[in-house]
Parts: sequence; C-alpha cells; structure tokens
Amino acid sequence: MSWLWLTMLVAGLLTYAIRLSFIQLFTRIEISQPVRRALRYVPPAVLTAILFPELLLPAGQLDLSAGNSRLLAGLVASMVAWRTKNAFLTILVGMLVLLLLQSFQG
Amino acid sequence: MNASRFGEFLAGIRDELPILLGVAPFGMIYGVLALSAGISAAAAQSMSFIVFAGSSQFIAAQLVASGTPAVLIVLTIGIVNLRHALYSASIAPYFRKLGPYWKWMLSYLLTDEAYAVSITRFQRENPGNPDENSDLSLRHWYFLGAGLALWSTWQLSTAVGIFLGQQVPASWSLDFTLPLTFLALVVPVLRDRASVVAALTAGVVAVMASSLPFNLGLILAALVGISAGLWSESR
Repeated sequence: MSWLWLTMLVAGLLTYAIRLSFIQLFTRIEISQPVRRALRYVPPAVLTAILFPELLLPAGQLDLSAGNSRLLAGLVASMVAWRTKNAFLTILVGMLVLLLLQSFQG
Repeated sequence: MNASRFGEFLAGIRDELPILLGVAPFGMIYGVLALSAGISAAAAQSMSFIVFAGSSQFIAAQLVASGTPAVLIVLTIGIVNLRHALYSASIAPYFRKLGPYWKWMLSYLLTDEAYAVSITRFQRENPGNPDENSDLSLRHWYFLGAGLALWSTWQLSTAVGIFLGQQVPASWSLDFTLPLTFLALVVPVLRDRASVVAALTAGVVAVMASSLPFNLGLILAALVGISAGLWSESR
C-alpha cells in the first residue's frame, strides 16, 4: 500500500498549502477594506455550512420531520449554547438528547 | 514578559478544552473507520499527523475502502479542505507581523476548531483594525495553545480508536459530536444581524447544494453566506 502513503503525503502538502496560502500572501500585500469586511463573515458562514447538512440531511436526504432525532437534539443543543455559552454543556446535552431519542425509537 | 506569553498559551488551551469533548470521540471513530477501510494502524495514525483535518480524513478512509483512484482521493481532500483558505485569509491580519517560522507553524495548526475559538477571541478583543494595536501582540501564543490542545487530542484519540477497533459500536452515534462541536463554535460568532444572515444563508445553501460532487456545496454556501452578510450590513 505504498500508493496510500504517497497519496497521504500529497494530500497533506496540499492541505498545508491551503492553510498557509493567505497567511503568507497577506504578508506582502495590503488587505483592502472591502475584503476585510467580507472576512468578518467567514466564521458564521463556513461553520453553519458544515453544520446544517449534518442536522437536516441525516441520511443524505432532507428530513424536517419530528422523526429526525439529530435535528431535535441539535435544536435542544442550540438552546443550551445560546443560553449558557458553554461548549462543554452544549456537546454533552446534545449527545444525551440524541441517545435518549434513539432509545425511544428503539 | 515570559509570564504573559505563558498566560496567553494557557488561555488558548483553556478555551479549547470544552471543544475537545466533541473532538475526541470523532477522532476515535476516525481510527475505527480507517482500520475497517483496510488502512494499516501506522498509516491511519500518520494520516492524522500529516493531513490533520478530521472530516477530510473520514472521507479519505471511505474512498480508500471503495477503491477510489489516488488522484481522486487527493482532489477530494483538497476540495473538502478548501475552506481553510477562507480561515487563512480571515486570520492572516492577526498574524501579519509574525516571523516566517511562526507563520509556518501556526498554519499547520489551522483547523476548524483552533481557528473558530481563536478568531472569536481576536475579533471580540479587537473589532477594528487588527494591525493597530500593540498590547495584543502575544495572541499567536493564544493560538498556539488552542492549536496544540486540539492537535494532541486528535493524535491521541486517533490512537485510542485504532486500539479499540470495533469495540466502539455505531449505535453510540459518536459521529454526532462533530455537528455538536460546530454548533458550540458557531453560536458565539453570531454577534449581530449581519452575521446571523450570513450563517442562515450559508446553512440553507449548503443543504440545497449538498448533492454537488466533492463537497463543492460547502464552498459555494460559504461564499453566498459571506455575500449575504455584506448585503445585510449595507442595508
């Protein structure tokens, strides 16, 4: 499986280059004000773009029903996150709610 | 001076700790998944070290199991990790004055979790121009603390997953800790109307575009979400 090691190495270098890209580039060039404004929205946009499909497409298909235990657990966890601002509690409660719902569904 | 460097380093570790509750189970099931995909223990652990990007490692393991050609695996990992270019651009202003060795090291540690925790703090402390400050010049130590906490947890949990193997039943739904982690990371950055608009738009577009190949829907959703945030801000 030496091809796998080579694949990992190339993929690792590629990932590293992506991470380094603008940190290196913006050393030399000035960051314009419009770009700076746009970059403020990177955290909310990217994080929810990962989050929403995980909750709404549990089996690869849109499921907005009450039978979607991942969505329900996610909603409870969002309430906890919003009220407490506590990441540890958010993850713990969300996980417990999911396991509870799944045990009901049998 | 040294004391405050260490203080920032510790603060980074401390703020990253709660997130690790979600990351550790995910690292474990990556280890389990990699072995069941026919990847050797050494290669599975090395991937956590070399690629060091959770969701792309998951997809890579699945692609190896289904016998996908190496070129397509690399391409897929690259596109899944393309969002890190947005993180790189977003955090670059805060790292501008660092020397090259710091930049090279911190870039390796630029994961979703270390980025989100750090940028939340950097933006809160300094919402204006990131260049115009001197008192926050130790923030790279904060990022190093957060990044290393995440890094060690990822390596260790991968090893535990490899060791436990099939003893982690799928019915535990440990993969759900990934969305919960992102939930815990995103709520603190929803500070004003425009960021809520950016988040909701990106989320909806990501769901609608989820069938696009190579996870391209993620990047599309992020770009549309950022535009929506700018639009909302200008109104």
